[in-house]
Amino acid sequence: MNGLPGISRRQVLGSATAVALSLALTACGGSPSSSSGVDKNGVVTISVNGMPAKTQPVDRKNFMEDVKAFEKSHPKIRIDAREGQMDPKTFAAKLAGGQLEDVYYVYFTDPAGLIQRRQAADISKYVADVPFSKDIDPALLKVFKDADGKTYGLPTGNYSLGLLYNRALFKKAGLDPDKPPTSWEEVRTAAKKISALGDGTVGYADYSKNNQGGWHLTSWIYSMGGDVATQQNGTWKAAFDSDAGHKALQALHDMRWTDNSMGTRQLLEIADVQKMMGAGKLGMYMAGPDNIPTIVKQFERSYEDYGLAALPGTATLGGGDGFMFNPKASPEKIKAGLTWVQWKYLRGPEREAVDSKRAKKDGVPIGLPQPRLFTGAAQAETDRIRAQYANTPVKNYQPFVDRNAQVETKVEPPNAQQLYTILDGVMQSVLTKKDADIDQLLKDAAKKADAVLATVK
Amino acid sequence: MTVQPLSSAVAKSTGQEQGDPAGAGPPAPARTDAAPRPAGSRLRRTVRENLVAYLFLAAGVLCFALFSWYPIVRGALLGFQQVTFAQPAQWVGLDNFQRLIDDPLFLTAWKNTGYFTLLALVFGFAAPFVTAVVLNELRHGRSYLRMTVYLPVMLPPIVTMLLWRWFYDPGPGLFNNVLEVFHLPAQQWLESENLAMVSLVLVSTWANMGTTTLIYLAALGGIPGELYEAAELDGASIRQRLWHVTIPQMRFILMITLLLQVIGTMQVFVEPFVLTGGGPDDATVTVLLLLYRYAFVYNDFGLASAMSTLLFVVLGLFAGVYLRLTRTKG
Repeated sequence: MNGLPGISRRQVLGSATAVALSLALTACGGSPSSSSGVDKNGVVTISVNGMPAKTQPVDRKNFMEDVKAFEKSHPKIRIDAREGQMDPKTFAAKLAGGQLEDVYYVYFTDPAGLIQRRQAADISKYVADVPFSKDIDPALLKVFKDADGKTYGLPTGNYSLGLLYNRALFKKAGLDPDKPPTSWEEVRTAAKKISALGDGTVGYADYSKNNQGGWHLTSWIYSMGGDVATQQNGTWKAAFDSDAGHKALQALHDMRWTDNSMGTRQLLEIADVQKMMGAGKLGMYMAGPDNIPTIVKQFERSYEDYGLAALPGTATLGGGDGFMFNPKASPEKIKAGLTWVQWKYLRGPEREAVDSKRAKKDGVPIGLPQPRLFTGAAQAETDRIRAQYANTPVKNYQPFVDRNAQVETKVEPPNAQQLYTILDGVMQSVLTKKDADIDQLLKDAAKKADAVLATVK
Repeated sequence: MTVQPLSSAVAKSTGQEQGDPAGAGPPAPARTDAAPRPAGSRLRRTVRENLVAYLFLAAGVLCFALFSWYPIVRGALLGFQQVTFAQPAQWVGLDNFQRLIDDPLFLTAWKNTGYFTLLALVFGFAAPFVTAVVLNELRHGRSYLRMTVYLPVMLPPIVTMLLWRWFYDPGPGLFNNVLEVFHLPAQQWLESENLAMVSLVLVSTWANMGTTTLIYLAALGGIPGELYEAAELDGASIRQRLWHVTIPQMRFILMITLLLQVIGTMQVFVEPFVLTGGGPDDATVTVLLLLYRYAFVYNDFGLASAMSTLLFVVLGLFAGVYLRLTRTKG
């Protein structure tokens, strides 16, 4: 060994490298933003996402117009608009790196977990001052609340799953497109007739991959009068190993294997099924109203081709979207963010009038039966304005409007994604194995689900 | 003729055999007759002489440290923490590992991954070797066929998956149409619990064998022709030439590709993620797919990190044992 006694060249190099590394890492490490975001003129700047991508030029143009109009009417607030939404793949990294927007867009599947992990700010004390907050449907507001009633976000859109169907295939199969099925037996009969048209036509399709099978099976179980999870003495337990769970799976099994009305290809997800519907090869599938414009735009179809019915049975699964707030955002930013969200998305009839007028001019669809965010007079007035500007065949959605009010809309179970993973497996078994043992499947899945639900706080 | 061990070749090129224990600089001058110097001045001189080399080294070390070693260490630490990134992380000891073991899918994922790796060895290890040997023997069209074999590697993985999804489609899919021509029953390639994993291995083999085939072809080209001539003169058959000349000559490269293949296939993700989503009935849930769900579906980074640490340890142990065994036998 050469060099200083007891210190080798490697050690010197190692120490130097370690020091350099420490300095570099210290320099690179993000520090939590402690700034209030208010400049010396009292102007608060907030970063918000939800800006439409460049591939949606009309929506983006309208969004930017709204930002300008908002900043003009609110001179003390500046909007730093960004594309995107809460994406589980990048959310944690953005939060850890101090890059998360002050106001971020979420789906209804996200708030429960974000609240539990304290990844969203408590906005309870500011919400009361937000105009129209009292008119928001309490069921939708509940999605953004914790067990103690504290509020962490606001809903800005909603849907409930119904039955989307191809009117042309209904006619071709001798079915009345104005009288879609209202029971699962009728769905089964219609699916058989549609698949009998041949040429690869599928009567009814459903998801069974990437947690989407579990999501839809939940809705199936709700529609059969059951639940996926229930709370007993403060503890959550799986509830799908029930008569409703059995009926739902039996119906799927019979359509797949007895009637052969669900096609041979399974392990489908939403993009696959929308493609089948867009290609005119699918009769029906479970979907919210927002699927219609997606299919029409993506596959260049006509709105006249599609009808929407309420989901058969007593209840359906509801979802939607909204905005939550960065847990590190200052009170000034939260207040400014709430002002923006309310002005842009929750202005009641006033907002609807602006949006509908502009949408009609741009050729954007108006007249879909959802979202319906409010209750009482605010919603009635919103509906009236929407009907006035409607440019889609509203009568095609009448079966949904007529019956959906009688169908209870239930929210997702706690730890929804983990439960959906488990139920995905059940859905896959029933759709890929003719001899699937439904009782055993439900029993095994319930055991797994109980373990997942035991962690719910 | 024996293949020179890589470690020996590396040792020569770095000057270790000439007395430089660090192996990081030019050969050290002979010092036996030099008067002893103060240790500090010797260090200063060494640093001065090698300053430029250290600077070049520092850039590489810094990049590795920042983008490779630091994430690895941080990832391993996360496995022992409960993290939300909104609150300070909490140390939870081995809780995450306990939760992993309690997950009913944990064992399933390891079994499935082991099964995939085994199948990938059967198909994926033999296929490129056989292809390379056959291509090497061809007199005409070798370049064209070599390009054809390599072509799938150039396709983006997602395009490959979508292409194979059509091949496997139980309705209008290519494979079932071919079976129909031969009056054979249609198969549920991805929808059947028994066939799903085999189907994924076929995709993986098709998509990845091009690179390994090229490596084997290069190695085959390096085998001296006189060895084959001598074997032929001794009356060796094709099988005997393959067994006694080709395989021993390629032993080193085959060992390395086997190690890399096991490490690669144990981390299978894209195939089950795109084609089956882990189904049917969890038959294709792999370790990495489960890890992905923990991190990006359930947002549980502690659990995901614990799983990745476990995978790292398993692969490290495997590589260590494998290298030790092969070195002993070599």
